[in-house]
Amino acid sequence: MANRHTVVAGKSLLLAVAMFGFGYLMVPIYDIICEVTGLNGKTGRVSIAEAQAEVATDRLVTVEFVASINQGGSWIFKPQVQEMQVKPGELNHAAYYAENLSNMPVVAQATPSVSPQAAAKYFNKTECFCFTRQAFEPKGSKEMPLTFIIDPDLPINVDRVTLSYTFFRSPDQS
Amino acid sequence: MTSGVYRWMLLVVCALALPSVAWADWGALNMPVGVTEISGKVYELHMRIFIWCCVIGAAVFAVMFYSMFKHRKSKGAVAADFHESTTVEVLWTIVPLVILIVMAIPAAKVLIEMEDFSDSEMSIKVTGYQWRWQYEYLDQDISFFSQLDSASNVARQANSTVDPASIEHYLKDVDNALVVPVGKKIRFLHTAADVIHSWWVPDLAVKKDSIPGFINENWALIEKPGVYRGKCAELCGRDHGFMPIVVKAVSQEDFDTWVGEQKMKTASADMDAIRQWSQAELMATGERVYAANCMSCHQKEGQGIPGMFPAIAGSDIVNGDMDMHVHTVLNGVPDSPMQGFGSSLSDVDLAAVITYQRSAFGNQAGDILQPSHMRSLRQGLRQSALAVPQNNLKGVN
Amino acid sequence: MSYSDKAHDHPGHDEHDDHHHGPAKGLMRWVKTTNHKDIGTLYLWFSLIMFFIGGGMALIIRAELGSPGLQFVDPMFFNAMTTMHAIVMIFGVVMPAFVGLANWMIPMMIGAPDMALPRLNNWSFWIMPFAFTIMLSTLFMDSGGPAGGWTLYPPLVLQMGDSFAFVIFAIHFMGISSVMGSINIVATIFNMRPPGMTMMKMPMFVWTWLITAYLLIATIPVFAGAVTMLLTDRYFGTSFFSAAGGGDPVMFQHIFWFFGHPEVYILILPAFGIVSSIIPTFARKPLFGYDSMVYATASIAFLSFIVWAHHMFTTGMPLAGELFFMFSTMMISVPTGVKVFNWVATMWRGSMTFETPMLFAVGFVIMFTIGGLSGLMLAITPADIQYHDTYFVVAHFHYVLVPGAIYSLMAATYYWIPKWTGNMYDEKLGKLHFWISTIFVNVLFFPMHFVGLAGMPRRIPDYNNIFADWNFIATIGAFGFGFSQLLFVYIIIKCVKGGKEATTEVWEGARGLEWTVPSPAPYHTFEVAPEINSTTVTR
Repeated sequence: MANRHTVVAGKSLLLAVAMFGFGYLMVPIYDIICEVTGLNGKTGRVSIAEAQAEVATDRLVTVEFVASINQGGSWIFKPQVQEMQVKPGELNHAAYYAENLSNMPVVAQATPSVSPQAAAKYFNKTECFCFTRQAFEPKGSKEMPLTFIIDPDLPINVDRVTLSYTFFRSPDQS
Repeated sequence: MTSGVYRWMLLVVCALALPSVAWADWGALNMPVGVTEISGKVYELHMRIFIWCCVIGAAVFAVMFYSMFKHRKSKGAVAADFHESTTVEVLWTIVPLVILIVMAIPAAKVLIEMEDFSDSEMSIKVTGYQWRWQYEYLDQDISFFSQLDSASNVARQANSTVDPASIEHYLKDVDNALVVPVGKKIRFLHTAADVIHSWWVPDLAVKKDSIPGFINENWALIEKPGVYRGKCAELCGRDHGFMPIVVKAVSQEDFDTWVGEQKMKTASADMDAIRQWSQAELMATGERVYAANCMSCHQKEGQGIPGMFPAIAGSDIVNGDMDMHVHTVLNGVPDSPMQGFGSSLSDVDLAAVITYQRSAFGNQAGDILQPSHMRSLRQGLRQSALAVPQNNLKGVN
Repeated sequence: MSYSDKAHDHPGHDEHDDHHHGPAKGLMRWVKTTNHKDIGTLYLWFSLIMFFIGGGMALIIRAELGSPGLQFVDPMFFNAMTTMHAIVMIFGVVMPAFVGLANWMIPMMIGAPDMALPRLNNWSFWIMPFAFTIMLSTLFMDSGGPAGGWTLYPPLVLQMGDSFAFVIFAIHFMGISSVMGSINIVATIFNMRPPGMTMMKMPMFVWTWLITAYLLIATIPVFAGAVTMLLTDRYFGTSFFSAAGGGDPVMFQHIFWFFGHPEVYILILPAFGIVSSIIPTFARKPLFGYDSMVYATASIAFLSFIVWAHHMFTTGMPLAGELFFMFSTMMISVPTGVKVFNWVATMWRGSMTFETPMLFAVGFVIMFTIGGLSGLMLAITPADIQYHDTYFVVAHFHYVLVPGAIYSLMAATYYWIPKWTGNMYDEKLGKLHFWISTIFVNVLFFPMHFVGLAGMPRRIPDYNNIFADWNFIATIGAFGFGFSQLLFVYIIIKCVKGGKEATTEVWEGARGLEWTVPSPAPYHTFEVAPEINSTTVTR
């Protein structure tokens, strides 16, 4: 009888431990779901070769660029152009400008987000300053390029896509 | 229980209900119909499901109360012995399911309409800060902050002598309202600079979380000119209850005039920033800026809240080197509620509030920071002025 | 470790032969006890004390909200109160009280001599007072109690001072206690049933607790994982929930509500079980649709895992997600409806009397249904976008938790206290307690529907004058409801001290094994497994 208790308790405990692990497993699962569904405007990343395989269409979509600064950091951060008209399937180039207004070297991380979310998974970047952290000298500035392609499968009722970057002071300043 | 007690109960319920009917404005009891097509549809959905719920509730309670009055032992009821009936049980599984489907279809339709962002005519970016909103008109190059108006701000302080009831739009008014044209589909892009906020205007049936690092979107097409008031809906810290939203919907002509005025204002702000200010002027402006931006944490007398928010009175930073003080106000202190105000306050406001802090609350620094100097500091013309070694920041918190 | 196997070996044994000893004397009886009745009693007293602590916090909140303007507390402390009130009421009152009832009643209901793992049982209880001492002590620390809401959303919660670590530590302890308690309940129900006590002969309370225990084992560890991630984000430089390091604050909400939604059923399923025991007793008629009750409970539990994102409709979600979570949420009302209909059908053509437990059970059915119907309204996504984070939501969940879960606990106390103490409680006072509570609880929570719809957000310490009347009424209700609970304590103490002697059966229509042992229940019961055959009434 005591054995039977150990078996049930052991199995239950195993379930509890497994569910604790599942809590952590939800992190990668969430990332995958975001990537597949575009949840939270996470954008895709493709290689140049993949991008060039796309077929261009005649449709025109407005891409709007937005910049935000987190925690009121001392930055100038803005897109070089407010918006552009692009054809889905074509490779496009754009850039953001950032300037460190403080007298300290700072490492920044830009996080991208696309709205509407329905468009996020069709918004693919081949090159982006958000892929890596950006180091700035005191008072340093730079223009940061971005290359993207919009998948021609973009839902037909989406005529305007907003690409937003938020500039964070990177938690790792080394 | 005797029927006398029930009668007594009924009396109490009526007695409680009557005055409340008399006092309350019935308009303040229900969801507003709002001023957009979507808000009207949401209201209809709300009323439809509400009526369904009332009908279902009334039916269930009617059967229940009938049973409670008729099938009681004191009336000689003898218990039956049935305890299942497949027909009945299947029936009351299927019928609710059908009702649910009937309710779900119109709800899904409205939802699909809400999520259709196409053919928008203008974009406004809304950024949530602790505890104010920033509005950026992406097509107009207009950007400003909007926060609790000063009348409410005075009245809401603990031990304030101002009666909140005496202020018409207590906690519902802001210094700079969001002005938008009617009859245009406006996209709102939501993000936040610190913690999660939520931008909610009931009359437009829009509520969307502002999430730091991410962008969210919703839209409204306002049909009627007017002033529509909302609130931050997501708990965002100490002053969550004090960051209202005011949307002023005006005709296209009025909107164009307003846009012109805003551009003039920016120009005159430029003029202000380059002229010389007297200490008295700076102190007066600084007091106002302090009340609006600093007071809720650092408190009225600059005493702070020990353990949570450091004091301004007697602070080493405020009484010490001006550059360090400027640096702290501009950039904030990492990993603390102290945000940087570099991107949200004007040169004049920054110079004024720093000057004010250095002389108020018994602080002895007493020096003046001119807006023009502030501007040059910010534009990086005087590169050495802001050189602050990183390790000096330790212990600021 | 088990008593019942010994009992099986010696079927003819006298009940008092093997375990002659009664309870030990003095304080150490309670510290060292492994007796399921003692531990049940400890849990119940603990949650009663916490009920007044959490209630005191609620009264601070309602006092501040009594009129516009800040009158008593700083907004930061106000936020700490709303946060603590929730944590105390959920983890310190409703959950331990249900565990206490499970401890007392499950062995007696299924005919087992004790819980399967008595030492673990002692440990699961004694962790709780320490966990809550740590949790409540943060209120006296420099950086204050948790003020970011019980939902602990980052990044706000990460702005908290160093008392944050204590909060997380305390939550871990509460979680460990709940999981251990649940494991014990599962082992008891599976292993300790005497021959003849089949699963479908178990009382509904046992069934609902079995399912609740699985919900706890499956979700509390997920919550523990989420708060551990918060802890490492705060102190060890990870970026699970910070966009700067590639994380996402919304992911916390998904993980939290994956725990949080089953959690709300953890708070209500045992209440369903209690009400399903009480109504048949006082209707003098077996529970209608027992089988469908079991299946409905199981399907509610299953559905609770696939509806979590309905707490997050405003965070921005793809249309397909919104539709899915809207439909799945609406589906929950089907099994919940089945339960309500079954209770009504149990009353139908019964021979009802309305003693205090029945009054509370009927009050539960009515007011829980009101809360359930407003829940259905909240499921409609476009409307939810308007309701979300307003007092409408506050009204909804307080209707299902106060006249819902808390009423079921009061009903259970009145129902079983004669069995626990051997004395009848004061019926007149009990009825008075019910009527006063019911009037005030509605005065308290009903107006919240109105202010919520009219645009008052939740978790705010101050508001515009247009909400003043209803808030004032709610505050009157809060103080009335709060103070009338002192009557509850008086009735309990009076009953413990003495009163009319209770019979073995206690209630005329009582059904089930717990009513076959004497009142008060002896320290050890069912040391000899009861004889159960197809005609034995066990539920």
